[in-house]
Order: sequence, then C-alpha cells, then structure tokens
Amino acid sequence: MKLKKMLSLIVTAALCTSVFAGCGNNGGGTASTTTAAPAGTQAASSGKLIKVGIINNDPNESGYRTANDKDLQATFCEANGFDAKFAYSLKNDEQITAAQKFIQDEVDYLLLSAADTAGWDSVLKDAQAQGVKVILFDRTIDADPSLYEASIVSDMAKEGETAVEWLKSQNLSKYEVIHLQGVMGSAAQKGRSGALDATAKELGWTIVTQQTAEWNAEKAQQIVQAAIDSNKSFNVIYAENDDMAKGAVAALDKANISHGVGKDVIVMGFDCNKWALEELLKQNWNYDGQCNPFQSSYIKDIIDKLEAGETIAQKTIIMNEKGFDASTITQEDVDNYGI
Amino acid sequence: MQQGSLLEMRGIYKSFPGVKALQNVDFTLREGEIHALMGENGAGKSTLIKVLTGVHVKDEGEIFIKGHDGAVQIRSPQEAQRVGISTVYQEITLCPNLSVAENIFIGRGSGAGVNWREMNKKAGQLLDSLGIAVKPTQQLASCSIAVQQMIAIARAVDMECSVLILDEPTSSLDESEVAKLFGLMRQLKGRGVGIIFVTHFLDQVYEVCDRITVLRDGQLVGEYEIENLPRVQLVSKMLGKELDDMADIKNDIPVFKEDGEAPVYEAEQLCSTEGIKPFNFNIRRGEVNGFTGLLGSGRSECVRAIYGADTVTSGTVKMEGKPVKITKPKNAMKNGIAYLPEDRKRDGIVGDLSVRENIILALQVKTGFFRPFSKAKATEFAEEYIKLLDIKTASVNTPIKSLSGGNQQKVILARWLLTHPKYLILDEPTRGIDVGTKVDIQKLVLKLASEGMSITFISSETDEMLRTCSRLLVMRDRKLVGELTGDQLTQNTIMATIAGGEKNV
Amino acid sequence: MSEKLDPKGKGSVLSGLLRNQIFIPFAALILLALFNLIADPTFFALALKQNSAGSYILSGNLISIIDNGSELAILAIGMTLVTASSKGQDISVGAAIAISGSVLLRVLCGDNTRPETIQAPIFVGFLAAAVVSMLFGAFNGVLVAYFRIQPMVATLILFTAGRSIAAWINNNELPIVPGEEFTYFGGYIPGIPLPTPFLIAILCFILTWLMLKFTNIGLYSQSVGINEKTSRLNGLNPELIKLTTYIILGLCIAVTGLIKVSRLSTINYSVIAKDIEMDAILAVALGGNSLSGGKFNMAASIVGAYVIQFLTTTLYKFDVQATALPAYKAVVVIALVVLSAPVVREKFSRLMKKLRSSNHAAAESA
Repeated sequence: MKLKKMLSLIVTAALCTSVFAGCGNNGGGTASTTTAAPAGTQAASSGKLIKVGIINNDPNESGYRTANDKDLQATFCEANGFDAKFAYSLKNDEQITAAQKFIQDEVDYLLLSAADTAGWDSVLKDAQAQGVKVILFDRTIDADPSLYEASIVSDMAKEGETAVEWLKSQNLSKYEVIHLQGVMGSAAQKGRSGALDATAKELGWTIVTQQTAEWNAEKAQQIVQAAIDSNKSFNVIYAENDDMAKGAVAALDKANISHGVGKDVIVMGFDCNKWALEELLKQNWNYDGQCNPFQSSYIKDIIDKLEAGETIAQKTIIMNEKGFDASTITQEDVDNYGI
Repeated sequence: MQQGSLLEMRGIYKSFPGVKALQNVDFTLREGEIHALMGENGAGKSTLIKVLTGVHVKDEGEIFIKGHDGAVQIRSPQEAQRVGISTVYQEITLCPNLSVAENIFIGRGSGAGVNWREMNKKAGQLLDSLGIAVKPTQQLASCSIAVQQMIAIARAVDMECSVLILDEPTSSLDESEVAKLFGLMRQLKGRGVGIIFVTHFLDQVYEVCDRITVLRDGQLVGEYEIENLPRVQLVSKMLGKELDDMADIKNDIPVFKEDGEAPVYEAEQLCSTEGIKPFNFNIRRGEVNGFTGLLGSGRSECVRAIYGADTVTSGTVKMEGKPVKITKPKNAMKNGIAYLPEDRKRDGIVGDLSVRENIILALQVKTGFFRPFSKAKATEFAEEYIKLLDIKTASVNTPIKSLSGGNQQKVILARWLLTHPKYLILDEPTRGIDVGTKVDIQKLVLKLASEGMSITFISSETDEMLRTCSRLLVMRDRKLVGELTGDQLTQNTIMATIAGGEKNV
Repeated sequence: MSEKLDPKGKGSVLSGLLRNQIFIPFAALILLALFNLIADPTFFALALKQNSAGSYILSGNLISIIDNGSELAILAIGMTLVTASSKGQDISVGAAIAISGSVLLRVLCGDNTRPETIQAPIFVGFLAAAVVSMLFGAFNGVLVAYFRIQPMVATLILFTAGRSIAAWINNNELPIVPGEEFTYFGGYIPGIPLPTPFLIAILCFILTWLMLKFTNIGLYSQSVGINEKTSRLNGLNPELIKLTTYIILGLCIAVTGLIKVSRLSTINYSVIAKDIEMDAILAVALGGNSLSGGKFNMAASIVGAYVIQFLTTTLYKFDVQATALPAYKAVVVIALVVLSAPVVREKFSRLMKKLRSSNHAAAESA
C-alpha cells in the first residue's frame, strides 16, 4: 500500500516536471535566467531586465510548435534584456495555473498561446489588477479585448484562400481534388478546408475524396491508397499539412503516379517544414503554404513600443504569410522560411 | 401438492453438452424439516440445487411452492429469491469489507437514503433473536468463517425465505462452530423453515437431519426417514454397491519394508513466516504420516514450510541424508516433493485451462521452459491418469472448472503423481468430496506407500488419518506437541493430545 | 432428449465451430468481405503494376489491408501475451513506437539530421531500437509484476512521457533517413510484388508459432493469468513470466517501429502510431480473448487485427464523411465486440441448438 502511494507520488511529480520544466528539453533556453553573468553587460546598460512569462503548448506537439518555441527562446534571452520563464502544457487548466504563478511572480509581460479559447477571463483580470500586460500569440481567446494588449495570430482562412487562389491560377483543364483534412474542428482545419470547399462549389471542381487524416502521414497514405485502389481519377492533392502531403506522395510513388511540377498530380501542403520546402525545390511538390511560427519579432516590437510609452494602434495583428510555388522557390527561401 | 409440503420438484430433467445431469428427479421438502441431499460427486446434487435457485434453467419438469398456485418458473436467482428460496454457499458470498449490518441489508434498500442507526438496530435484533453473538457494526472480515456463514443465514432468514439451502456449510468449520451452526439450524426448523442440507459429513447428517434424499448418476435413488436408514446402507446407496471394506483398508495392503537408509526428508528447526514454532520432522521411505490438530493449529503451515510455499525463515533440510535448500516450490519439486494444497480452488486448479493442461502442469514446469510436451504426449499422460484415477470428464479438453469438486481433486492428484515424487504431501485431499472417492484416495495412498513413496497426509477427519497413517504428529497452537505411533493411534489418545494437559510422549 | 445430445450430428460441427474462438473474427471478416462484394465487387480487384522504383508490385484494396494491417497484427501478438499473463493491457504502445523509431533514426542518421548516407547498418539501428524498446517493456513489466501496479496505470507513465522522450532522443529534430534500402521495410523489396510489412508480419507469425510450440510461454502465461497462487505452487515464477511477456511486447514494438518509420523514412513524434494501443487492445478483444487475462487464442487476435484494418479500408473506400467516420467505426466495433463476448457466443450456440432441435422435430412429425 505504502509503496503504491509513493509510486503514485513519483508519477505525479514526474508529470508536473514534464509540464513545467519542459523547456529543459530545448538545451537550456530558460537556464539563462540564472546564469546572468556573461551576458550581463547589455542588460546592465539598459537597467533592469524585463520579466516575461511565456505560456506555450508542448513544443513536441508538432514541427510548427518546435520552431515557434525555438524562436521565442532565441528572442527573449538575457542578451536582449529579458528575463523569461517558460511553461508548457496542452491542457487549459494547467496553463491557467501557470499563468497565476507568473502573475504572483510579478512578471511584466505575460505571453500566452492558449490551449483552449475559453476560461481565461478571471485570470486575465487578475493580471490587469496586478499590472501585468498580456500579449496573445498564435491563438486567440474568448475574452474581452480590453484584457490584453495585443494578439498576434495567423489567419488560417487567409492561408487557405492564398493556396486556393494559387491553385485557381494554375488553370487546369479539370480539377479533381483529393482533400486531406486535419483533425476535424481545429482552427487550421476549418480555415484551410473552408477556402477549398467554397471555391470548389463556386467553380464546380470535383472533390474526389474528402477525408480526415488527422495530421497523420500514415493515414493520409492509406486514404490516397484507397482512392487509387478504387481507380478514382484525380489530379490535385490538397493536404492541410506537410506530413499528410508526404503520406499522399508515398502512396503516389507506390502506384507510379507522377507528381510535381509539370507532372500528373499537383501536390499541395502547409506549414513550410524545411524538408517540405526541399521537396518543392526538387519540384516533387508544387505548393506549400506558410503558417508563420515566428511571432517573437512582432511581440518584441509591441513590448518595445509599450516600454517606450507608445500605444498600440491595432490590437489584432495578422502576420504575413506566404505561399511558395515550386517553380519560383529558391534555396534562400528554404533557409529563411523552413521550420 | 401434499399437505405439509413446502416445496415439490417433479420429473426434473437437465442436460449439459455430453452429460445428462438430472433425469426424472423428484424432491420434496416439508415444512420445518432439515433434509439432507446426498450423493457422490457428479450425482446431480449441485445441478438440482442450481435448478432450484435459478442458476440453471431446467429442461423439463415442474416445481411447486407452498403459497403459489400451480407450477412456478424459476429462471434466475432473483426469481428464486422472490418465491422464498435462499442459498448459503460454501464460499462466503458477502462483502468482507462492509459491516455485519450492511451485509445483512445490502441490495435490499427501499430506495433513497439509509438510516444507519435504524439499520444497525434492526440487524442487532435479528442477530440476537438467532443467538448470533456479533456486533452489527463489526467489519465482516474480522468475523470467523462460521460467524460469516451464520450472518449469511441471518440475511437469508430476514428476507423471509421459507426454503433455505445450505451447500456444504460446514467444510471449513471446526467442531464447536459446527455445533453453533446446528443450533441455529434447529432454531430455524422450529420456525417452520425447510432446510436443504448438502454435505459430505455423514456424522453431521445423522446429527441434525430428519430425512435424506439420495441421488446417484443424475437419478433419484430414494427418499428416506433418517431412522430407517443406517449409515452403512446410506453409503451403499450412494455408491450403488455393497460396501464391505471401508473399515480397515490398511490391512489389505502390504507395508513397505524399511531399509534403514537415511530418511527421505528430514528437517530441523524449520520455521516460516506464518507464525508456526520451529519444528523437527522426518519421513522415511514408504511411510505414511500425518499432521493432526484443530483447524488453525498450524498443520497446513507446517507442510507449506516443508514445500517452500511460504517464506522459510530458518531450519536445515536434508533429503536422503544430503543437505538441500528449499526456499521456493520449484526447489521442492526438483527434489522430488509434491504438494496437494488444502484450498483446491485457490491454490490447486487453473480453472480455465483444460484437464490435460492441469494434469501436465507440474511435470511440464519440472521438465523445463524450452521443452514443452507435444499435444499427443500431453494427451497420453492425461488419459493415462484419467483412467488410473477414474476421473469423470467429458474429454481431456474440458476446462477443469466444469468438473465436480472430487474430480477436480483427482486431477490435481494426477498432476503430482505424474511427476513421480519421492515424497507426496496431501493437505486435506478428501475435503468436500464424496465417500467413494475418499476411500479410493485412501487406498491409493496406501498403495503408493507400499511401492516406496513417502506420504504426509492431513485430514480434519481423524478416522481417516487413523486408517492411513502409521505415525501422527499432533499440533496445538501452532506448535508440534506430540508424536503418536503404534498402539497410541486411537481416537482417544489423539483427542487427549490435541486437548493437552497430560503427557503422551 | 437423445437427439439433443447426439455428439456426432451435423449440427454439432456447426455449434462446435460457433463455440470456437476464432470463428468470430473470421465471421466478421467474411461479413465485411460480403458487404464489399455486394456494394462494389471491384473492391477485390488486384493489379500488377510498376511502382516509381520500376519494380512490379501487386496493388488493390486487399493488398492495402494486409500491408497496413500488419503493424497492428504484430502488436496484437505481444498484446495478447501481456493481456493473458498480467490481466491488463499496455497502453504505452504508441508512445513506445515513437521512442523505438526515434532511436532507430538517431542511430541511422547520427548527429546530422540530413546525412548523405546512413551512418550505421540498418541492422545495427534495429538492434539498438529493439534493445531500447525491450528495456522500456521491462520497465513496464517490472512495475506490473514486482510492484503490482495495475497494467493500465503502470503503462500510463510511459504513455504520458513516451513521446517527449522520443523527441528528446533526436533533440526535437526530424531526421530523414537517406537511401532506398531503408524504404524497403515499409514498402517493397525490388522484385517482390508483396508489401514488405506483410512479409515481416508473416515472419513474426512463424516465429510466434515456433515460440508457442517450442517453449511453454503459452501454458505459463495463461496459467499465471488464471491463477497466480497455483502457478507459484507449481514451481512457476509469476513475476518473471509477466516480465517476459512485456519484454516480448517490447520486441513487437521495435518491429512495428521499424515498419512505421520506414514507410516515410522519417518520424513525427506527436502523431506516429497515434491511438494504435487502442486498436491493438481491440484486436485482442475482437479475437474473443478475455481482456481480464487467462486463456488466449493467438491466431484469433491476429485475425482481429486484420478485421480492424479491413474495416478502416472499407470506410475509406466508401468515402464516409470525415466527421461521421468515428461513429461508423464505433457502431461496427461495438457489434463485433458484443458478438465476440463469451456470454453472447454461448447464448447464440444455445439458440442454434434449439432451432435445430425444433427443425428436427418438425421434420420428424412431417
């Protein structure tokens, strides 16, 4: 009995550390808060460090999140005059707990990528009462805009529109699309599916297969395989992320169906993973839509302005997001935008 | 229905795949009587009880119950309860971690809310009226098995049952507990309850019962008033043959000649974690000895220590003069010791596995992980012992749990005989099994001994031990208190030694 | 009466078959096949085509099923043993596959995430992955066997932490294995028209068969799962046996990880083999095996795994709406699981018997 109790304690402890100390995974980005000495000169010159609490989703969640976390860690370092603390969780309640802790620690800024849109009202009011300024990034929440300073987000619908616009501009003689959807109901899925659905209806494109592969390459491969096995005719793969596009391509390769620039099937992906952009460079794929994970420069901008006493004109800032075409992409693009 | 009858079963048939368990069986229970249901294993007692309690649904036949017009249908245990039939099984089916009162009233609440004080008060009155000395608030697990059984009966009585079935209630009770139980049964009888009493203990039948119904091979042999049926006749009716040699089987079989070698097994100051005092013990080739004593005197713990079933804390062991280390069952097996445990269901059978697999298990483990027997070989082994021990089973593939208790016991015995042990420990091998099989096992023990096997035999029935053992070790309060041989082997001496107070050794 | 008991009657063959455990997954397979045959016979079309590497391969829905169902079938082997011996299931399978795949990639790619050539022989990589998975299996096994934690709770630890560990092994990078050879394991070996995962699965089945034939793992794990006390008294070491089954599952995980990673030459820690543990447990249940341990039928579990894949492929083939997909799957799964429950099978065979005897009576009176 005692042993069981002890073990369960250990397990709980382990889970907690994995949530709150998850940043340790990333090569000591947070450790810089305590080892202040070498980078201290610049910090000393600008007076005291700006204290920032950053609440993010688990960096292991996806390539996007990994890049996002790396970007934040690189920007909010001591050399740039920040004392940053990170907390990671995919669960809303754990994120809220972390936020309360940051407020108690009297951080100057709270940066938040919320797991869920609801439930943030009271904690943000606390923040306001304590004079903690809140900046949302990547995801919006259902709360009064007066409770936060700014919100820096991607416009998923616009990403979809950009991609569909590009597809329209290819002027194919017929449009027969296999549509691989992400996890149903997620913001990215809704935005990226919406644009395609609308245009297909408007222009009479055929959607050969529309199925969720839940962001998963293997499932995408199976879905495309099933379409091939039942002799369905198609000339476009519209995959809502790079992984699913990759799975689809594996199925095409198996069936000896050519794909890429000037080939039988057009392959489209999203997120701009480095390896995906490399595929574009090799002209194996045709298009990749960006979902910009690099919000840190936008956030820093806002903090600088606030520190200088300026006001923020626009609360919601939508980031620039590109779409890459295999026929025009360059190595430079791969290096700059690949995540 | 006849006048005074509480329950009548007429022309009951029940079949299972490959077995006709009941054929045209009649059974009548009168008001205010204790009625023994007797028969060998596989005679159909359990099936008849299960038909009556709705566990099995009969194929044909009619059941009448006083107060119900026409034949009643019993398709589930709930329906049985509704017409006033309650059962108390050999294994306690109450919840050990609830209180006595909770156990009496559980599952019978009138819906919302529980008035604890009221419940405890009612339970207290009930227990008082039945003369059961236990507090309603006590946790059930802290009561002795006998008291738990009586609580189960109290629960049944309080549910206004008119027919109470007691299925082997006494097999884990000692004598004083049995006496208390009988007191309770007589009291219920006085209230007009009809009790069906299933047991293997003949003494007990003659002590409390009024009438006896005997079944054999799924058929009714007859219904008798107790005074008209002497014991010998009862046994012969159950077995279906005249019984002559029950009394003294020991003399039939030649005794193995001792050869003066070192004992097969010898232990000094052996002790385990189960609270027994360190003891010395030895057994020679061809010897049958036994541990005797009251329930809980530590006799099972002694043999478990010998076999390494419990954690051995001290002592030296020699086998045939050579020191050996026996700390776990596997060591014991490798040294040629076999152990048939007391609790067949818990420690003996592997319920879902087939008879074949149950028979070969020990030998297979002894042979080794990487040397499994072929199916043909295993079947051959199994069939050899099914024949040798006359195990009644549909096939070697039948799961052991669907066999009757006695046949399960024989399968376990077969398992150990197959390993050809030098030293065989039998802890209560005859508990809960019928007279015929009992005698078979006793004979087998003596025969094996005459061939040179050493056997330790434990039984709650002293006469059984007297019939088989040439030396008895007497236990009292977890301590070895005496050793009886030769002329000392009489009921009286054993009783005296168990009771203590005078020197016997 | 006597007809009912006639053991040699024609009907008893049928009811014997009904009582056989493997009947249910097979029946499910046949039902699914029939449904497809009626709905669209081209479902079963097979074609020999050239793939992009230039070798001839078989393709068609059936090939997709044996291809994609193989990982599940391999996992079902380990899961069946674990279930039998420890009366519970390992829910960390998916996370453990991520770890195993990550180790494989780490060894093959070295420190560089985009190497030109593989840095170690594939065999060495697999060996390393197998050792690591078996260690994690042993970790679960020790918690279950020696610390007596319920399997689901014990494996919850790795279930929660596994994917993070997998990401950590490769510093959160997503390495890509170069070269054609590595894709053979999840694709096709040139000159062989059948998918390699299926060939690997067949190899695993043969090895399992040999294991069950030439060792006592089957008897021991069932015996321990049914009655631990008896097993101990018969000289078995229940803890060691449970541990062994978890280690065997670890090996199955390593094989599955190899196939999964090879399919795409890379890994995605968060989604690789997602929810596969549930499918593996389902395969065991569909095989009519009790999830509370004890007796098992390995072949039935394996067939159960392919039934799940058959169902998935069928649903994909008929373009069931994405939002409705889980609901369809749930309905079919519930039906199958209920049918394969021993209680229902018992009732069913009794019903068949009744029908038969009444038919018999009718025939006699006529």
